[in-house]
Amino acid sequence: MKPFKSVTSTVDQKSLSIDVRRELDMPSRRLFGKRVLTLGGLAMLTGCSLSDDKSVEMFLSRVSRINDDVQGWLFDPNRLAPTYTEAQITRPFPFNAFYGVDDVPQVDGSDFRLKVSGLVHDTKVWTLADLYALPKAEQITRHICVEGWSAIGRWGGTPFSEFLKRVGADTSAKYVGFKCADDYYESIDMPTALHPQTLLTFTYDGQQLPAKYGFPMKLRMPTKLGYKNPKHIMEIFVTNTFPGGYWVDQGYNWFGGS
Amino acid sequence: MNAIPKHRASNDTARTIQPAWVRIAHWLNALAAVLMMLSGWRIYDASPVIHAFMIPTGITLGGWLGGALQWHFAAMWLLFFNALFYLAMNVVTGRIKTKFFPLSVRAIAHDLGDALKGHLSHTDPSRYNAVQKLAYLFVMFDIAVLILSGLAIWKSVQFPLLRELMGGYDFARVVHFCAMSLLAGFIVVHLTMVALVPRSLLTMIRGR
Repeated sequence: MKPFKSVTSTVDQKSLSIDVRRELDMPSRRLFGKRVLTLGGLAMLTGCSLSDDKSVEMFLSRVSRINDDVQGWLFDPNRLAPTYTEAQITRPFPFNAFYGVDDVPQVDGSDFRLKVSGLVHDTKVWTLADLYALPKAEQITRHICVEGWSAIGRWGGTPFSEFLKRVGADTSAKYVGFKCADDYYESIDMPTALHPQTLLTFTYDGQQLPAKYGFPMKLRMPTKLGYKNPKHIMEIFVTNTFPGGYWVDQGYNWFGGS
Repeated sequence: MNAIPKHRASNDTARTIQPAWVRIAHWLNALAAVLMMLSGWRIYDASPVIHAFMIPTGITLGGWLGGALQWHFAAMWLLFFNALFYLAMNVVTGRIKTKFFPLSVRAIAHDLGDALKGHLSHTDPSRYNAVQKLAYLFVMFDIAVLILSGLAIWKSVQFPLLRELMGGYDFARVVHFCAMSLLAGFIVVHLTMVALVPRSLLTMIRGR
């Protein structure tokens, strides 16, 4: 809205004097001037000049942060995403990342150690064997991509809330952040981290999670869009300082809820 | 000398066809609809509902998917709150009854026939003909469908009833796309009619 302000105010004055000179009951002229300018403004929008404007960018990202709050308010911690049958699984499940399938990181499971840091009691590192010993959970849910497409997949692992309990996470903290082997990074809100369907997954469709789907582990949240689900997780941290995310820092909405 | 403009003034006030709130809501809605449509096209292109059909990026808004999403999810508030304001005022003032009803299939068929033959009279712009009534009621309904299907896409987990009403997440996108296409069709016809009866543009600007 801001960019129009300076222009309309000058027209206001100009048309105001016209109004005074002519009939007092013609405020419509003032409105007409505004309308014409609005149309001109719209024409400019398509040329993208306005999209590059810093103040517009700032306005839009501020609205995006408000939308984070709205989504946090809409999020029901007990509402479950729909689950599906094995026959409904999308085969093959699409590979999706910010790089091609040939550049998928190859993590060596034998000497892998998951780091845990931030507002937790226990910062000991986790081997894959430690993680595989956690309580088991599995689900067939819909993965919804920010681009619009969706696909149904089957992930297995452990409820993330169980993991957070074991590391003594401060669940009153605001964020849980993730650092990944492919230099991806992401963060989520605590209520979603504790949601019963938020799983730290080690398997896909009954098999060990393949590299292309995020070996050694992927955080799977059917209540969030695809880009919020980090793969190849190397470190998990709990914090009150907004950690952002790979796509979020480029303009995607942070909450990314579904 | 003084008496003449004064007389005209009172006459003008009496002839106000579109009250200020209708005009404000109309132009805010026009702005919101254009922003939603241009940014929506960019979002559409990221994963087209109809695989062979893409919208030229030159006529879209946002520059890239992330930018288009920001525009879309900002303009939606304008569209939504303005629609609420418009509907509430329509009900409160009783305008919805007096302007859009009664409306019958027979009247629509009659006026449509006249319109196609170019016989439709526009002597009294304060009254909508049956085709206008239908078109404006349709576009209100269509925007409501756009908002609801959009909500089902945006929050398919949080609004299970709405999601099922739209036939599931994937089908909600089809509904959203079809409703957008119908709105685009409405805009084309609407602008054509305004071009044919330019006085209606003045009415929507200055109220009479």
